[in-house]
Amino acid sequence: MNDKPKIILGLIVFVAVFTFPFWYNHLSASAPPKVELTEKAKAAKVCVAEKEFMRREHMQILDQWRDTVVREGKTIYTDENGKEYVASLSNTCMDCHSNKAEFCDKCHTYTSTDPYCWDCHRYPEEKK
Amino acid sequence: MDNSRRKFLKLAGASVLGVGALSAVDVLHSPNVLAKQAEKDIYKQAANALIGNRWGMAVDTRKLDHDVCEKIIEACHSTHNVPHHEEKRHEIKWIWETEYKHVFPDQEEEYLAERLQKLPIPVLCNQCANPPCVQACPTQATFQREDGIVMMDFHRCIGCRFCMAACPYGSRSFNFRDPRPAIKHENKEFPTRMKGVVEKCNFCAELLAVGKPPACVEASAGALGFGDLDDPSSEIRQLLKENYAIRRKVSLGTNPSVYYIV
Repeated sequence: MNDKPKIILGLIVFVAVFTFPFWYNHLSASAPPKVELTEKAKAAKVCVAEKEFMRREHMQILDQWRDTVVREGKTIYTDENGKEYVASLSNTCMDCHSNKAEFCDKCHTYTSTDPYCWDCHRYPEEKK
Repeated sequence: MDNSRRKFLKLAGASVLGVGALSAVDVLHSPNVLAKQAEKDIYKQAANALIGNRWGMAVDTRKLDHDVCEKIIEACHSTHNVPHHEEKRHEIKWIWETEYKHVFPDQEEEYLAERLQKLPIPVLCNQCANPPCVQACPTQATFQREDGIVMMDFHRCIGCRFCMAACPYGSRSFNFRDPRPAIKHENKEFPTRMKGVVEKCNFCAELLAVGKPPACVEASAGALGFGDLDDPSSEIRQLLKENYAIRRKVSLGTNPSVYYIV
């Protein structure tokens, strides 16, 4: 009646198999990509909000921009310092961040995010 | 037995409350710059934006011919990246020309003035004050702005085409094909559409926002008038005061904002 070793062995195998995806991914994951700025973005120093905020919440601000521009017709966005921007992905964001492959796609690919912005909105062609 | 069930329920209830309270605290504490900014007025219209109560258009049929119509259509379609598909059934149109009998099918004049019989007349979205397409749209992708413009929010369009069935003027087109390959000269300042959404004239809302009149009005050499129907001193009200003008299918109760001086 003493199945203790078998049970423990079974548990170990179970835990190992069950958690396999977690540690496998943890070990094999490549380093998170580093965002690269264009010269123009570097020179501007500031974006429409703080860097950390943009890094974390740029999708929220873009979402708010599109709703306010399309639905309320308000096209001018004022940042915390009172500077005004035209709220436009193609014409404002991509004017500075004209390196879509380096600036947008790298992280989006890494996090397997597939935003459908580019189905309709244009981005600047990149020189190779 | 009874006792342990009681205990279990108490414990379960307490845990649910605890978890709920924790997440509530979490939400309240997370810094939300957007919410903070939203308290201030961070969005506004451009200083030079044209602002109206109810935008309207007057088409002066006396100044029309085929060349003028072509110019109007070209101006509109190139500004808004409207694709040109070879196949008629994939056609996308924001503004197009047709004959009097199709513009006003309910007029039924037995003897119509000769001038009007074969005259090309531009037709577009009527920007109705009582738009049936807005009522039909299940996602509010089509909506009416405060200045009367019936707009499409392509982000929300699910391509159900209820609006196309609802529109009595056939002013809406559906993208059966990816429009991008069919756009010859792209206007980089204006987005394209994607396959599976409906599109139509937007009264050049993007140009009004930067203080410019609609592209078709600019290209029409005076055949199209534009202005605020609610403003008695506007250009369009002057035109309507001095000329007899009719609208399309008024009996349907859509209250169109596009007038035709005949």
